[in-house]
Amino acid sequence: MMHHELTASARAATSPHDTGEGAARMERHRNGKRRALMAGCAILVAGLSGCVNIAAPDKPIVIELNINIRQEVIYRLAADAANTVEENGDIF
Amino acid sequence: MRSSIRLSLAALALAGVVAVPALAQQRDPAYAAARASGKVGEQPDGYLGIVGNADPATQRLVDDINIKRRAVYADKAQKNNATLEAYALSAGCTAVLRTVAGEKYRAPDGTWQTRTNAAPVRDNRCPSAAAGNDAGD
Repeated sequence: MMHHELTASARAATSPHDTGEGAARMERHRNGKRRALMAGCAILVAGLSGCVNIAAPDKPIVIELNINIRQEVIYRLAADAANTVEENGDIF
Repeated sequence: MRSSIRLSLAALALAGVVAVPALAQQRDPAYAAARASGKVGEQPDGYLGIVGNADPATQRLVDDINIKRRAVYADKAQKNNATLEAYALSAGCTAVLRTVAGEKYRAPDGTWQTRTNAAPVRDNRCPSAAAGNDAGD
């Protein structure tokens, strides 16, 4: 905690205990912490509502894909199916 | 050295002769007669159908063949990661194309047609007749 405060301050070279500013700085630090917590909550809420909005419109796309795949499958199977028919001459 | 090569060549030729007849099986005479007389015909769904009124003997014959076809389709569909229905339809494309002049086949609109020397009317999802033979993947 102390390390974080030193790097964040512009006057990091002097010790807070020596200058007597330690108490004021601790107060400011506590306020900053609360603000950060609130900001975090706001981001979390915004993120959640965003997710719900994105999920809705992808249903028609899935149905369209299924139709395309079906014709693709027939083409993919054509050669193998032709072999199967030739190999089973007794039932075709 | 030379004799061993000749021996292995002879073994290969023998293996070829034995393997080929195992693949090309013959139709049962009753089935062949039913096809030739137009009592049964090929359907676009990959199964055999009865043309006109069904008599018990023909019904039994068709059921027997369709059960065997379905078993083959199920096995091959699983190996090709496809549904049984899709594989059966693919086989139906070939089976309708393979009918000879005088035999019956069912057009996609459900009507029975007599095969002529012209190309049969097939499901529009079937690959073209020329592509069906050499389509790799």
